[in-house]
This record gives sequence, structure tokens and C-alpha cells, in this order.
Amino acid sequence: MEYEAVIGLEVHAQVLTDSKMFCGCSADYANAAPNTHVCPVCLGLPGSLPVMNQRAIEMIAMAGLALNCSINHDTFFDRKNYFYVDLPSSYQRSQYDHPISTAGWLDIETSTGTRRIGVTRAHMEEDTGKLTHGGDGSLVDYNRSGVPLMEVVSEPDIRSSEEAKLYCAKMRQLLVWIGVNSGNLDEGAMRFDVNVSVRPRGTTAFGTKIEIKNLNSIRSVERALIYEIERQTKVLASGQTLQQETRGWDEDKGITEPQRSKELAHDYRYFPEPDLPPLAISEDWTTARRAELPELPDARRQRFEREYALSAQDAALLTSERSVAEYFEQAVTAGQGQPAKAIANWITGELFRLLNDSGETIGVVAARLQPAFIGELLGLIKGGTINGPTAKLVFEESFRTGSNPTSIVDAKGWRQISDTSAVRQFAEQAVDANPKVVNDYRAGKTQAIKFLVGQVMKASKGQANPQLAEQALHEVLDA
Amino acid sequence: MDFQKLTIAEAHTLLQAREASAVELTEAALERIVAVDNAVKAFLDIDDEGALEMARAADERIAHGNARPLTGIPLAIKDVLCMRGTTTTCGSHMLEEWVAPYDAMAITKLKADNAVLLGKTNMDEFAMGSSTENSAFVMTRNPWDVARVPGGSSGGSAAAVAAGEALGSLGTDTGGSVRQPAALCGVTGLKPTYGRVSRYGLVAFASSLDQIGPFARTARDCALLLEAIAGADINDSTAAREPVSNYAAMLDGNVKGLRVGVPQEYFVEGMEPGVEAAVRAAIETLRDLGAEIVEVSLPHTSYALPVYYIVAPAEASANLARFNGVRYGLHVEGENVIDEMELTRGQGFGAEVRRRIMLGTYALSAGYYDAYYKRAQQVRTLIRRDFQQVFAQVDVLAAAVSPTIAFEIGAKTDDPLAMYLSDVLTLPASLAGVPGLAVPCGFSAGMPVGLQLIGRPFDEGTILRVGDAYQQATDWHLRRPELAAVPADDE
Repeated sequence: MEYEAVIGLEVHAQVLTDSKMFCGCSADYANAAPNTHVCPVCLGLPGSLPVMNQRAIEMIAMAGLALNCSINHDTFFDRKNYFYVDLPSSYQRSQYDHPISTAGWLDIETSTGTRRIGVTRAHMEEDTGKLTHGGDGSLVDYNRSGVPLMEVVSEPDIRSSEEAKLYCAKMRQLLVWIGVNSGNLDEGAMRFDVNVSVRPRGTTAFGTKIEIKNLNSIRSVERALIYEIERQTKVLASGQTLQQETRGWDEDKGITEPQRSKELAHDYRYFPEPDLPPLAISEDWTTARRAELPELPDARRQRFEREYALSAQDAALLTSERSVAEYFEQAVTAGQGQPAKAIANWITGELFRLLNDSGETIGVVAARLQPAFIGELLGLIKGGTINGPTAKLVFEESFRTGSNPTSIVDAKGWRQISDTSAVRQFAEQAVDANPKVVNDYRAGKTQAIKFLVGQVMKASKGQANPQLAEQALHEVLDA
Repeated sequence: MDFQKLTIAEAHTLLQAREASAVELTEAALERIVAVDNAVKAFLDIDDEGALEMARAADERIAHGNARPLTGIPLAIKDVLCMRGTTTTCGSHMLEEWVAPYDAMAITKLKADNAVLLGKTNMDEFAMGSSTENSAFVMTRNPWDVARVPGGSSGGSAAAVAAGEALGSLGTDTGGSVRQPAALCGVTGLKPTYGRVSRYGLVAFASSLDQIGPFARTARDCALLLEAIAGADINDSTAAREPVSNYAAMLDGNVKGLRVGVPQEYFVEGMEPGVEAAVRAAIETLRDLGAEIVEVSLPHTSYALPVYYIVAPAEASANLARFNGVRYGLHVEGENVIDEMELTRGQGFGAEVRRRIMLGTYALSAGYYDAYYKRAQQVRTLIRRDFQQVFAQVDVLAAAVSPTIAFEIGAKTDDPLAMYLSDVLTLPASLAGVPGLAVPCGFSAGMPVGLQLIGRPFDEGTILRVGDAYQQATDWHLRRPELAAVPADDE
């Protein structure tokens, strides 16, 4: 019998606000000493009270809209009660049955086409502190406590670990794109819980659900699912049954393991947070949030294909990050009429290679390698001022120094030699210096001329116009 | 200057006229505390040095001619309000040694006015109780009869004013914890509208009900205290933006034509005849003053007690969950983290607090939420509606504060339900969020009786005006208990 997986995902994403969800402490704690971004509110001190961060709510609503959700007019916070060391007030302010946004979707591009994954809800909550377990016990850092968080719950529409991976990556792309999340998964900016069951292919009833909590990378999501789907399939195929449970993912061993049930027998006793008034969200407010959203990645990708006649692959590469897409369009605009396709090639080829090597973001590099430089470079090639190989050197120099292509070409003396007499001189030298190759050529091995062109280029320090070089060689050899 | 008879308004006049200094007033308060607090035990902590320092600063301000009505006035603070650098115990072993690192907004405002804060007063543990007997530390006594309770949970703050140890004090009222002890101790006490005073720095018991309120000798003094502490606060989203009135200026002594509703449901079975007689007489006095007395009905009154004992414990079960021994307060060593939390909470909380945490936890549990918490909130809406409807007919309500006079210490400690009934007349206004004022209106068996005046939301001005007019016509609020000085014992 063939089995298929049914997967639902919960994505917890930190919201990129300056301050925390319910107090004025800075939410940017990345390199801060432990327990330095804290106050009575985020430490849960007696008598402290939360105050909502308006910007966090705006950003979470924007994310909901970007996920095609509807924004609910009546929404409020609930208290989710449980005891844990990293939760200072012993309740997390979250949302239960009145989330801010519901009923949306996220499209993913799979090898077999676009798949639409339902989004049940996207709600607001606060992050907890962070525990570190060491030799002499455990330490807790409350810098993260109270950082705004959004939770996106998907419908059980995902059918494979591959789709789950694509969903997580798309979620990350989208949230970073609209400026709501940093995308720094290694700093805990996004965490994932997965629910997975398997069932005989062709059936519609859900199998027994297993939850795997607290996965902190997309790769972990994929690996845990591959493992878990195989495990569940084996159990069912052998005629045994599964029990609903929560399992933990052991990154090192590459396996999921049952978690002690005592720790998980939670009754969260949700009730409306009395310290925070309910929110009454108006249509105008929602419209303003929608207006704040930039053009979203899918729309931009489709527009790039249409407007710039780019391949699907190039359009996807150029819309992987908003800053890349912006850079591309700035380069086109400032590109002195150079073809968009050629500009796209320089970005997805040379620029991506250089960014990869330097580890910098395009946002940083754009200050040096200005978008206008790409069109300028293409113009130099087209006008015969430089040849292709020189252009790569110019591009890299521009990337490193921030100088414009024309001034680099001038300063380095890299202008292509198109003076036929100069090129002819190099051709004659090459012919004189390589009698063996010349004999080969004359014996009918016409390909040997390529070697001689190379010699001309070498002698001219790459500056000879290659077409002229070959022409000159023909003239010398065939004379 | 007779400190024990002085009101805040009179003291302010003396200070302004330089007939007394803040230091002299503070010294008088501290002397009185030394003389009688061994008998009353209103205070948990007295900061002589701190108080005198504040008094000196107040005198400087008075000398500069920009004194506020509370500048230099010695006040006592319920130990549930955070005061930076001082212990804030909430009457619990859980916080016995916890030093608050910040000031509650009400404290910030009093300090800004250069009031003199004498110390922290005793209370039922985490404000849960009606007699102050649930304090983990001492038994506060009623200054009118030291064998009796002062009421609660703000018993220490009420007793301090009744015993002449302070000119005013702050308490908190969740279901009657200012009004009931005020009545039982024969002082004036105000529970403002929910949201009138910022709760920032008030250690929460039931967040949707808690309000800070003043005790003093007169309605006028309560007006001065309210104006000083009321107002919006960016730290408290439930603090109302409603403008704060000059309440004292509204006390014109005139109640002619004012419609006073007398709710029939407030004359409950089990009400002591002496209490009823005093309250009915007080209502007659208001009629004599020109008020129009109207019989009214608030039909859902009897549901207030069961609704309160679901809503308040439910909120408390979450509010008190933070006391787990991890970051502050009591910490009991155990096998592991969960074990330590259980031991800490088991040992740190007293019986009544544990009982209410369990009640609230149960009411919020999966499968019970709809039947208890949700239902209670629905009935709470009906209670609130009762008040909206009745305030379309009348301007204020007049009734008893407590169905009984102060009971003897220990009389109800074994019967929680009997204790809960003590608040049956104060709970409805708490659930509706409307303001209530307790003013002394006579005596029964030698113990004070309180008249409760309930007003429209944010209309403290009217109930204070009625209370003040009543006090101009009567002298119950001027009576003082004869309290023998008791030398310090060796405890």
C-alpha cells in the first residue's frame, strides 16, 4: 500500500519592531549581555502592567494581509497559562479564539506546479526568555522575554517534506520581504512546530497526528519530517497503530523521540487578558496597513517575467529578496537602455557569485556597486571599449572599490585595443613565436588559431579586441 | 493642634499659615504610632527617617509657596503598592523580603506632591479577605474594640486613620476592600471608578476589579486624595483618559433635588437591625437635606457574590502564578524546577490564597470554562446593566456598606462563606466598575456603621458631594475611638 503524509505547520516569527510587545525595552538583543534589556513589565514583576506596541500590531496585520488573511474587527489578547522558568509571569499573552487575522493562503512553487497552502490564522503573542543549560545548572536570559511574535498556523494542506520546506522558505521570504522578520533563523527569528500524520494514499480520513515542537531551522523541519513520515509509514505498514503524541527532534541523532507526557499535559486555561482592552479594528486602519505593503514577491516575480521578458528562473532569482529585486529595477531604470535580460544575467551571475564570496548583502554592496554601473558596463562592452573578460574584471573592481566602470577602465588602461595596426603587430608576434602551432594550422587544424588568439590576448594583457585579433591572425597566416 | 482630630484640609491650612510644619505633623504621627500601634498593629513597616526626610522636603516646598493640598500630609500606604526601595509584602510570606524596584503610579504622584509617606500597612494576604486576619504577619485590631477585626482587606490602612496614626491612607478595593474596612473602622473610604486611578505598581489580585482608593476622616479629604492620584497613565492601558475633576471644589454642601435611589435588594436577610436603623436614618437625613429619595431595584444583585467568586479567583489564579520562586520572593529548594515551584507556592501562600487559586484554576479549566468563567462574565454584564438602568432614574444610590458591624477576631475564620458574605453589598459596584463611597453614619453596639453611596462611572464628584453634605449635617465622622496607649511588647 502507498501512503501519503498530511502536514500542518505552525510558524513562530519574531516581529522586527524597535521595542518589545508590551514595554519600552529594546527588542534588538542580539549581542546584548544577558538580562540587560529588561524592565518590571518583561520580567513579570509584581504590579507591572503591559501596554501594547502599536507598531507590532500594525506589522502583524500587514503580515496577515500578505498571507491573504482577513483582518478581524474584534480581536483581543488572551492569557495562556503554564508554568515554566522562561515565562516570567507564568502566562504568555497570546490570542486564542479571536486572532487578529484568519483564513488566508500561501502559494508555493513545487516541481509539479503552484500549490496553494491554506493559512488558518496568524495571531499575535510575546516571546519567552531563553534558557541555557550548563554544568552548574540552568541560566535564564529575559532579554527575549516580551519580544513580539506572530504565529502562523497552516491548514493540513502540505503533503511532503519537500512542500513543508518550500512553505517555510516562502514564509521566510515573504515576512522578510515585507520587513516584519529579520530572517535570521540562526538567531531564533523563526521557529517551527509541525503536525504530521500519514494515511493510505487515496483515503480522506486523517491518520494519527504527531506533533514535533520547536524546530529552529528549515532544514530541521525537512529532516524531521523525512524521518517521521518514514517511521509512521513503517509502523502502519507493519499493521501496528500510532498514538497521538508530541515528539522531540534530536538534531545530532537525526531522529524524533517521544517526550515525557507529564511535561505536556497542558490545560492552558486561556481567558481574555484583563490588563489590555480589546482592539476595535476599523476598515480604514486595515486599508492603511494594506497600503503600507510593498509589491509582494509573487506579484513582482510575475511582473518581471512579463515586463522584462525574463525566464521564470531569472525572475525567481531576482525576487528571492526584496533588496535584489529593487536593485535589479534600479539597474534597469538607470541602465541607459541596456537590455533587462543582460542586466539580470550580470546580477544573477557575477554579482551573486561575488556576494556569496564576500558574505555581504546586496543592500551593503549597492552603496559601492551602484545599480547604474551595470548599464554603464554593458554600454562599454557594446561600444567595444572593453571585451567580455575585461568586463568581469571591471565589475569585480567596481564591486570592491565602488568606482564606476568607465573610470576603472581608464585608470587601469583596460580599453580594448581596436586599432588594427596594433592588433596586427600582436598577431605577427604570435605567429613568429609559435611556429609549431602555425604549422598545425596550415596542415588543416584550423582550431589551432584559437590558441594564437589566446596568445594575442595574453600579449595585449587582455585588451585586444578578440574579433580583430582573429581577423588579424587570418590576415597574417593566410597572406 | 490635635493631630487625632485634624483633617487633611485643616492640616493644609495650618501648613500654609505656618502654624504647623510638616515635620511637626510627621512627628505627631510617628508619636501616635509609637503610642497606639502596639494595640492596633495597623503598620507592617514604618520608615521614620524616610518620613521625616519627606517632611523636611515638604516644608521647603511650603516655604517656596507652591504647596499642593497634600504637601506635608502624613499618609499610610497599603503594602500592596510598590514603593521603590521598600519591602512590598502584600501581607504574604511569598514576598516577605521583596524590595520593590519601582514606584506605583499612585506613589509617584504622592511623592510629586511632597506628601509624607509614613510606612506600609497590614492587609489580608494579596488583598484576599474581609478582616485582615489573612495577613501572614500580624493581626490588625479595630481601634473601636481591639477584640474585633478592622475589616479588610485594607484593614491596616483603615485602622491607621481611625486610630489617628495618619491623616489619610491608600488602600485597594477589589470587592469592597476599601469601603468595608472604612465602614467597620468609622472612617471615610472611596473606591473610585474602575480605571480612574492607574493600577501600575499595584500588585494585582483581580485585574478587572482592582482599584486604588483613599481613606480619610472626611469626604473632602478623600476628594483631595483622589484628585492627587487619579488620571490616565501610559503604563496602564486600563487607566481612563477621562479628565480628572477638582473634586474638592465640587463639594458645595447642596443636595437639594438630587435623586437618591435606595435599592431594595441591599437590605438583605441577616442584616443587623442596628446597621439597618443607622442606614435608614442616614437616608432620612439626606431627605431632610432636600434630596429626593426613590425606591429602586437592581434585580441581579444576588448574583454578584457567585459571579465575583468566579471572576476574581480566575484572574487571581493567573496573576499569582508569577510567584514561583524563580526570580524573586520566597524560594524553596527541591528536586527539580517543577518540584521547587510546587514547594515554594505551597509554603509561600496562606490557606485563603491557595483556596482562591484553586477556585480560579478550576473555573478556567478545559470543559468548565463555559459553565463558569464565561457564564459569570455574562451575568456580570447583567449586573452592569442594572446600574446603567438605575442611573437613568437616580443620581446616586444609598445603602449599607456591610450588613454587620465589625465582628470578633476569629469569628469567621473557619467559615469562608460567612466571611465572603461580608462583602455582599460592595461586590455589585465592583463588578459594574462604578464608584462607591463609605461614610460613617452611626453606631450599633458601640461599633461604627457605614453608609455606602454609589455613583455613575467617573462621577465621584457627586457621591463625594453627597458624603460631604451629610458630614456637614452630622458628626459621626468626628467621633474618635478611645484608644489606650499600649507599651511595646517584647515580640
